Amino acid sequence: MVDIRLASEVPLFDIVADSTEPKHLVTPGSLITKETGFMRGHGTYMQDDCLYASVAGVVERVNQLISVRPLKSRYHGEIGDVVIGRITEVSQKRWKLDTNARLDSVLLLQSVNLPGGELRRRSAEDELSMRQYLKEGDLVSAEVQNIFNDGALSLHTRSMKYGKLSQGCLVKVSPSLIRRQKTHFHNLPCGASIIMGNNGFVWICPTLHEDVAGGFVQNLETVPHADRQAISRLRNCVTALAQCKMMIYDTSIMHAYDASINAGFEIKDLLLPDKITEIALMVRKQFEMEKE
Amino acid sequence: MAEILLSEAEKAFIHHGDDLRCDGRTRLDYRPIILETGLVSNASGSSRLRLANSDVLVGVKVELASPLSEKPLEGRLEFFVDCSANATPEFEGRGGEDLANEICRFLQMSYMSGDTINLSELSVLAGQQCWVLYVDILILECGGNLYDTVSLAVKSALYTTQIPSIKVATMDGDQPELELSEDPYDTKRLNTQNVPCLVTLMKIGNHYLVDPTPEEECCSSSGVVVAVSGSKKITAVRKIGSGSLHPESLVSMLKTASEVGAVVNKILMKKLLEEETAGKTQKVGFMR
Repeated sequence: MVDIRLASEVPLFDIVADSTEPKHLVTPGSLITKETGFMRGHGTYMQDDCLYASVAGVVERVNQLISVRPLKSRYHGEIGDVVIGRITEVSQKRWKLDTNARLDSVLLLQSVNLPGGELRRRSAEDELSMRQYLKEGDLVSAEVQNIFNDGALSLHTRSMKYGKLSQGCLVKVSPSLIRRQKTHFHNLPCGASIIMGNNGFVWICPTLHEDVAGGFVQNLETVPHADRQAISRLRNCVTALAQCKMMIYDTSIMHAYDASINAGFEIKDLLLPDKITEIALMVRKQFEMEKE
Repeated sequence: MAEILLSEAEKAFIHHGDDLRCDGRTRLDYRPIILETGLVSNASGSSRLRLANSDVLVGVKVELASPLSEKPLEGRLEFFVDCSANATPEFEGRGGEDLANEICRFLQMSYMSGDTINLSELSVLAGQQCWVLYVDILILECGGNLYDTVSLAVKSALYTTQIPSIKVATMDGDQPELELSEDPYDTKRLNTQNVPCLVTLMKIGNHYLVDPTPEEECCSSSGVVVAVSGSKKITAVRKIGSGSLHPESLVSMLKTASEVGAVVNKILMKKLLEEETAGKTQKVGFMR
């Protein structure tokens, strides 16, 4: 019922990390190089002919360009990324979404599919009934269409696979842990579907069927118990992988899920620090076995 | 508490959970708690408690002062809560003041019962000098369920508080002289067996949950915070939220809270004893 541990008993999460030290870790203000002739990229600044780092991260060098990739940062959008966002504001002809980026992303009224699938120009009535489609607090899956000058992302849901999300569970992880893949929508064999947004929002829900996907319909019926168990277990697996800083993609999530079932862990046991490190080590071993 | 947005479907999902919450816990399960005491070296007692994402640091300082005129044979406890602006964006500026005052007042109320802590142990010279324990609580991170986290941290800090022993030297005319012991390890500790733990129960649908996450707090409209002492007695009750509670459900919630509180108290005391007997281990602190 209650699990209290002393701080000295909690294992370090980075025992799962690679034993090889990453090359050239820097902190803000540390000197990268005194040599001139380099172009400075993101995360650096020049002072007195010397190049310093402005963020904490790993130095990356591509020919003459030196930049610092931060270890922890907000989501940096690229065109074509799949993101999951939460509506924070309904304005004139657009919705503002929180996508864990530096600025709220924008979903224009003309970038959503109208219910019924009609293709027409949006009228004043459409503008006034925006709140009936999406209101504050709703979760949407969308794709990045464009990036504004100030860096804000412009999203669109112009496909049946995007749209308002129904019942399920949202997990927030660091955006750098989500691998860029061909598809971000996966129907996992354990009875749940998962959407991995590039912005670090991972959505776990009961299996999406082809005909009900997308649109603005929300299914508020009770989710069956077996599906709820699968969703909770997946949620804990994703959180465990994120805490041990492992890359999150469909294979790693399924390995973690299978490892937790084989080891006989209860779903709530996966919240404990020692079980988290065990799962991460098992996933690691599984990957090493597959490589051979 | 932090207000987060949730969609209707997410709220429905949380409502329909039948003894299986989103993270797999049952309705009466707590999230993992990590505890460490003795972090603040210039306080008489300190502790840091982490309940999932909620992080609280407590420091206790003891000082001599004159007792209250209506209670000349007792010392007293003074609480102060500071909601750091780092905890959550709502605490920016003076945003955390209301919550801080609420927690402070409720803690004061729960410690008022004579069953919790024996304040006469804090008396030095009847009617003239007594020990005052200043308990300072700093909320570093807010991840739901602040009342419980704060109360457990305060209990741990009080357990490790060392009060210097004082001898009353011979009376020099009318003025008694107080002599503080030279040895810094010559201290006494309080009996914190009955110090209360707060248990928060939030009502969602027809059931109530222990240790709600911020998402679950957002779905619920009412709840109670119950202060349960070590002897399974309830010392204070507070209703939170804007919704209403049926008298029958209130009674059953109080019963559940006292049972849960007893379990929490027992496990916490066991862990504190374990830490004490383990002796001087390496302090982990904040560098992890």
